[in-house]
Amino acid sequence: MKKTPSQPAKSKSLVDRLPSFLFPRLSGMALVAIMIAVLLTGLLIVPVLQVVYVAFLDPNSGALTLNNFRDFFGSSLFRESFWNSFYVSAMSVIFATMIALPLAYITTRFNFAGSVIIQSLGFIPLIMPPFVGAVAMQLIFGRNGTVNLLLRDNFGITLPFMDGLNGVILVQSIHYFPFILINLSTALRNIDRSMEEAAQNLGSSGMRLFRRIVFPLAAPGYIAGAVLVFIKVFDDLGTPLLLNVNNMLAPQAFLRITSIGISDPMGYVISFILVAFSIFSLWVSFLFMRGKDYSTVQKGGGGLAKRDLSTGEKWLAYGAVTLILIFVLSPHIGLLLLAFGTIWSFAPLPDGYTMQNFVTMWETSGTYIKNTVLYAGLAALADVIIGTAIAYIVLRTKLVGRKMLDYMSTASLAVPGVVLGIGYLRLFHGVNVPFSDQPMASWWVIIALALMIRRLPYAVRACMAALQQVSVSLEEAAENMGADKASSIRRIVIPLMTGGILAGFVTSFATAAVELSATIMLVSSNSDAPLSYGIYQFMQTPSGRGAGAALGIVAVVIVGLGTYASQLFIERDKKMKSTNQEH
Amino acid sequence: MRGKVQKETTMKNKFLVGIEIKDLFLSFGPTEVLTGVNLTIEPGEFFAFLGPSGSGKSTLLRAIAGFGPRPSGSIHIDGKDIVDLPPWKRNVGMVFQSYALWPHMSVRDNVSFGLVEKKMPKSEIGPRVDSALDLVGLRDLADRMPNQLSGGQQQRIALARTVVTEPKVLLLDEPLSNLDASLRVQMRRELLALQRKLGLTTIFVTHDQEEANTTSDRMAVLDGGVIQQIGTPQMLYDNPSNHFVANFLGTANILNGEVKKSGEDLHFITNAGDAFSLQEGNPGKGSIVLRPQNISIVKKPGPDTIKGTIRHREFLGSQVRYLIDAAGTEIVVDQSHSAGIDWVETGTSVLLKVNTKSAIVIKD
Repeated sequence: MKKTPSQPAKSKSLVDRLPSFLFPRLSGMALVAIMIAVLLTGLLIVPVLQVVYVAFLDPNSGALTLNNFRDFFGSSLFRESFWNSFYVSAMSVIFATMIALPLAYITTRFNFAGSVIIQSLGFIPLIMPPFVGAVAMQLIFGRNGTVNLLLRDNFGITLPFMDGLNGVILVQSIHYFPFILINLSTALRNIDRSMEEAAQNLGSSGMRLFRRIVFPLAAPGYIAGAVLVFIKVFDDLGTPLLLNVNNMLAPQAFLRITSIGISDPMGYVISFILVAFSIFSLWVSFLFMRGKDYSTVQKGGGGLAKRDLSTGEKWLAYGAVTLILIFVLSPHIGLLLLAFGTIWSFAPLPDGYTMQNFVTMWETSGTYIKNTVLYAGLAALADVIIGTAIAYIVLRTKLVGRKMLDYMSTASLAVPGVVLGIGYLRLFHGVNVPFSDQPMASWWVIIALALMIRRLPYAVRACMAALQQVSVSLEEAAENMGADKASSIRRIVIPLMTGGILAGFVTSFATAAVELSATIMLVSSNSDAPLSYGIYQFMQTPSGRGAGAALGIVAVVIVGLGTYASQLFIERDKKMKSTNQEH
Repeated sequence: MRGKVQKETTMKNKFLVGIEIKDLFLSFGPTEVLTGVNLTIEPGEFFAFLGPSGSGKSTLLRAIAGFGPRPSGSIHIDGKDIVDLPPWKRNVGMVFQSYALWPHMSVRDNVSFGLVEKKMPKSEIGPRVDSALDLVGLRDLADRMPNQLSGGQQQRIALARTVVTEPKVLLLDEPLSNLDASLRVQMRRELLALQRKLGLTTIFVTHDQEEANTTSDRMAVLDGGVIQQIGTPQMLYDNPSNHFVANFLGTANILNGEVKKSGEDLHFITNAGDAFSLQEGNPGKGSIVLRPQNISIVKKPGPDTIKGTIRHREFLGSQVRYLIDAAGTEIVVDQSHSAGIDWVETGTSVLLKVNTKSAIVIKD
C-alpha cells in the first residue's frame, strides 16, 4: 500500500541523473513534514529553549549558574508574586467550580427548561477576552463601584470584590468557568444510564451512588477542565495588568523585560517557572486521565436518567441560574455602560449616555483594527494550512516521526504568551529583517508569527477532527479512479474538510484578534499595534476608558461573530455529511 | 442418590420465588408501551421474553427491575407487590445488555459493589467474591480493569456481579447480543447450566427465537406491548395462536380461507379454491398455518395436493428451499438435502402434497 506521488517521468530530469546522495528522494509529504518541523522548531522550540537556557546563565559572565534562581527566591517581591499567582489560580479554579458545578448538574440530571440559557451561558464569557471586561468589572464591583455604592448607601457596608487579588480571581473565574462547565457536562452526559441503573439494581442510591459511581466517572472531565483553568489563569498577563495588580508572576516578567531590559535574568527565571508549571500541570492531568476514557454511552443510549423538578426545586434552580447569569453578564453590562456612558465615576451608573466614545474610537483606532485584521488573518490562514498538513500527515501517512509534529504543535499550549514574547525578543534581538536595516524584533511580522504559533494547536485539533470525518475509502475511491495522491487530496479530501477548516480558521482568527500577552511584549510602536494593545493603551487613563470600552465592544463583536460563524460552518458540514454519507 | 434429590427439593422450596404480573400497563408520555400484561412465572423457571425490537420486552423486564416510568397494575415477587419499591430495594438482579461494568473499578471492586452496599463485613465479602468469580471461571482476572476484558469475559463478570448478591430473581437483558456468533452459542449453554446450578428464577429477553428456543422452559412472545402467547417453545412453534406468533417463530405459510364441515368430513377451502382435509377445527373463516417442511413436492396427484410453479430456489445446506407460486400466493417448501438428490429447476410445474396432520387452523 505504499505510494509515492511522483509518477515515473517520461524523460529523466537533471535531478534524476545526479547521484542520489546529493538529492535524497523524498516524497512530497515528507518534504512538507520536514518544512513544518523546521518551522515549529525555529518559532516555538528554539525560542522557548533559549528562554529556559538564559534563565540558567550568569548575565555578566555567561556561565551556567543557579544564582538567578537564588536571587529570585531571595527577593520578597518575587516570593510574593509566586505565591500570589498560585493562590489566584487555585482560587479561580474553586470559584469557577462553584459556578460550573450547579449548572452542569442541573442540565444533566433534570428536565429543566432553563437548560438552553445555561448552554448559552457557557459561551457568553468566552466571547469576551477577560482583560476587556476587567475595567468594567472594577466600575461595577470595585471599591467605589455600583454594587458597593449601593451597599454603602443602604446598609453601610462594602465588600472587597475587586480589591487586589480578589479582582483578578473574580474576573478570571467568571471568564474561565465555561471550560469546567463544558468538560464536566460532557463527562456527565457521556455516562450511560445503565452505569447508574446497575448500581441501583445492586442496592445503591442517593449520595452513595453519586459518590461511588457518578462522580468518579465524571472526574476525568472535571480534572481536565480544572487544570486548563489553572494554567490559563497562572499564565495570564492581561487581566492582572489591566487591574493594576503587578505582584504576580506574568506581570513581573513583563515589567522586568520592558522596564529593565532584555538582558535582565529575572524575566527568564519567571518564564521558566511559568513553563515548568504549565508542563507539570498538563503532565499531572495526563497521568490522571491515562486509561480513563470513561465515555460509556451505548448506541442509542442517552446519558444519565433525567427527572422532572418539583415546583420548589424549579424556583431554586431558576434562582441559581439567574444569580449566576447576572454575575456572568456583569462584565458585558459594565462594558456597554462604559462604552455608551459619558462620565462614570463614584456613581452607580454613568452620568449620561453618548455615542462620542465610538466616534473617538473610530478616529483613533483605525490602525489598530486594520493591524488586527492583518495579523490575525495571516496567523489564522497559516494555522489552517499547517493544521491541515499536520492532520493529514499524522492521520493518513506512515511517515516516521509523524506524531512528533502533533506533539510539537500541541506543545505550544504549554507555552504562556509572555514566554513566547520574551523568547522572540531574545531570539530576534540584534537581527535585522532581511534586505533592510530594520531590527527584526520590532518587525510586525513577528507579531503575526507569534499569533500563528499560539493558535496553532486549536487549528490542528479542528483539522484533525475534520479529517477524521472523511472516510479513508473516499480517498481510496479517488485513487482507484486514477487520481494520484496530490490530486485526491486536493479534489476530495480538502473539499470534504472545508467545514472543519473554516471553523478552525474563524476560531483561530477570533482568538488571535484579542490575544494580549504575547503581543504586548512584541509591539514596538503604536502604528504596529493590534486592537488588544489599543484597548490596553486606552484603559491606562480614566479619560480613555470610554473609547477603550468602545474598542472592547468591537473585540467582543469580532469574537462573537467568529464563534457564531464557526458553529455555523460545523453545523452545515454535519448536515452535508449526514445526507451524503450514510454509513 | 436419594438424599441428593431430597436436598435439592428442599433448597428449591426454600429459595425459589415466583413472579406474578397482573394487568400491567405502562406508557412513555402519551405512548402506551405495555398493554394489559398478565403473566405468571413459576419458581425456578428459565423464562424468555421474545419479540421484535419495540415490542416492549425490554420495557417489561426493566419494569420488573424498577426502571422506567411507574406502571399501573401489580408485580408480585415472592407474593409481595414491588411496583412501588425503588430499584435499590427490590433485590432483583439484572444483567444489562451493555454489561454496564463500571470502568473506574477493578473486576473485584465491581463484583463486591453490591455486597458493600449491603454493608456486609469485609471478611465475608472477599470469599464471596472469589466464589462468584469461580462460578464464572474468571477468578484470575480479579485485578483487571473492565476495559482489559474481552466481550465474553465482561459478560461473565457482569453475571458474577449480579449473582454474588443472591438476588431473588435474575433478569437478563439481551445478554448475548454483544457477542459474536460462535461465542453466543457457547455462552447460552453456560448461562443455562449456571441457571440450573443456582436454581434461580430467571427471565431472559431476546429477539432471537433460536436463543429463546434453546434455553427457556417457557416463553412469552410479545408484539406491540401485548403478550401474544405464552408456552413452551415447542408448543408455540407447533400451535401458534395467531399470525404473528406463527411468523415470528420459524417460517410459516399462511393461507386464508374457510373451514367447512360436510357430514363427518372437515375441509379447509383456501380463497383460491384449493381444498385440504382437516383433522380438527371449527367451521368458519380462518387461516391455515403450514410449515415449509410439512409440504413436499410429489410426482403423482392425490388427496391434499395442489398445483404450483417453482419461482425461486435457495440452497441452505441441509435443505433446499423452494418459493412456489401456488394457491394464489407464494408458498415456501423445504426439501431436506443429501448428496445425490436431484433439485427441481425453476419454472417447472409441480404438485405439492400437504401434510394436513400438522396443519394448524388460526381463527381470524
